[in-house]
Amino acid sequence: MMEYKLKQLDEEKVFKDPVHRYIHVKDQVIWDLIATPEFQRLRRIKQLGTSYLTFHGAEHSRFNHSLGVYEIVRRIIFNFQNRKHWNPDERLLCLCAALLHDLGHGPFSHSFEKVFKLDHEYFTREIILGDTAINRILEHVEKGFSQKVADVIAKTYPDKLVVSLISSQIDADRMDYLQRDAYFTGVSYGHFDMERILRVMRPTEDQVVIKSTGMHAVEDYIMSRYQMYWQVYFHPVTRSAEVILSKILHRAKYLYESGYTFELKPIHFLSFFKEDVQLEEYLKLDEGIVSYYFQLWQDEKDPILSDLCERFMNRRLFKYIEFNPNLEMNEWMDLYQLFQEAGIDPDYYLVVDSSSDLPYDFYRPGEEEERLPIHLLMPSGELKELSRNSDIVEAISGKKRTDHKLYFPKDRLDKLTDQHLKRKIEAILYKRGEK
Amino acid sequence: MMTNHAKLMQFFSVAKSVTGRKKLQKMIYILQKCNVPFEEKYQFHFYGPYSEELTLRVEELCNLGFIQEEKEEKKSFHQYHYQLTEDGKTFLHQFSTDMPDLTDRVDLLNQQSSRFLELVSTMLYFENLPKQAVEEKIHTVKPKQNYSGEEIAEAWEFIQTLRGIPSA
Repeated sequence: MMEYKLKQLDEEKVFKDPVHRYIHVKDQVIWDLIATPEFQRLRRIKQLGTSYLTFHGAEHSRFNHSLGVYEIVRRIIFNFQNRKHWNPDERLLCLCAALLHDLGHGPFSHSFEKVFKLDHEYFTREIILGDTAINRILEHVEKGFSQKVADVIAKTYPDKLVVSLISSQIDADRMDYLQRDAYFTGVSYGHFDMERILRVMRPTEDQVVIKSTGMHAVEDYIMSRYQMYWQVYFHPVTRSAEVILSKILHRAKYLYESGYTFELKPIHFLSFFKEDVQLEEYLKLDEGIVSYYFQLWQDEKDPILSDLCERFMNRRLFKYIEFNPNLEMNEWMDLYQLFQEAGIDPDYYLVVDSSSDLPYDFYRPGEEEERLPIHLLMPSGELKELSRNSDIVEAISGKKRTDHKLYFPKDRLDKLTDQHLKRKIEAILYKRGEK
Repeated sequence: MMTNHAKLMQFFSVAKSVTGRKKLQKMIYILQKCNVPFEEKYQFHFYGPYSEELTLRVEELCNLGFIQEEKEEKKSFHQYHYQLTEDGKTFLHQFSTDMPDLTDRVDLLNQQSSRFLELVSTMLYFENLPKQAVEEKIHTVKPKQNYSGEEIAEAWEFIQTLRGIPSA
């Protein structure tokens, strides 16, 4: 009987995909992994969190993205066949790691991780190594295979070439999400010639490098990353939704810790509030469950929790102004005081949001070995760091643009009856015009 | 306001000056592993634990004028020096942080080379493994650094010393 790890489906299965046209599956192992409850759960977690409140098309899931990353790695491996440095024995490991790399993401990952001090990478490892259907399939491939997959995803696997396919500054993960997010948000940025990049990728001993003739395709990819960050990922309206989401979670946790009696007992959140989340509980919480609570918490007695939930569900978001925490330090302290006087709790309704609150990996040339840069393979065989050869990349990997905004509920201020107080607040907020 | 930025400023206020981005990355990670409440998220990269969030936050602090970054041209690379500015000191004065006293730990870390701190931070990254497995991991994930047995022993001792320093 054929070994499980080599077993192929009787006929190739395909998933229709709007980005890659078709996602091809021939390995039984991959087919089985896709069918597990842990992988199917990714259908219920949106790839872009709250971005759908800004770009209504952005409802795609981590399931779509995971299949996309798998497909890109499958194509890269196909191109690497018979090339020096490529070890064909690592094929299935690469495919599994690509498919499962985001398995530990939870609902609205970013805010949940910040508020409840969670780490989706930890849960990815837990799902792969724990008592799960995924683990049973991987261990059926060979004993210890699940650990190998976890190591590749954690970037601690000895074969760095394998790691760099899944995670480097030009990897299958980024190539999929840029194109997919561009497609579903409907923006015109985020597009680049992936086919060309795949054709000029070359395996080396410890990383994938780019044949120098493909430099312009890589420039396009780096520009896409830069533009998608400012136009989509860090969109100020999305950030407003994210601010409200975080404040809901903070408020619910605070109420729980204060002994508040919820109308709807937050059973699914209890371990999150206690910051002691077990895998089983983690897997149960998806975005459907979170929306259910937010919907019903609109009727809670606590005015802050119910107001914030109503804002999130009905997209009644905070407005914002540009804010410089250095030059406007005193204004912020005045506003904090004035909000308190107005009965608007500044801890929930006056929020500074910074670009570092949503880390996004700009291309970094790795000047002090912070991160491995993209290397071009020159005709002489020498490797050269990308920004040393490309003026475009050098320009956008130099001094970084950073950004801070101050979010607040304009509708609450508009309704203030104390006109003197209202004018004082507005004088500070609107001196440069609201957005 | 900007609690996580303020915590970093507190660190720079104690350190006076930090030389090297890699060193800064490793110092904050090691302090995190000593239960200092920095919240920057780290991932394992080619050169050990690295936080994009920290890089961005330091860039923000520089752009705001709270931290000064000086670039020094070396033979084949650039080196960066960081220190808190007067504006940074004013901000810290206004917005106090709930941080333990870091002086002794930061001084001790600042005296070490970035190569040594890379070793220490990598060992701490794998600290949930048995001691022998941690040492094997060092050679697996960092074969080119070629750390000696003495350096690894020294790193274990360093971790113990660092964790023995009281917070207050």
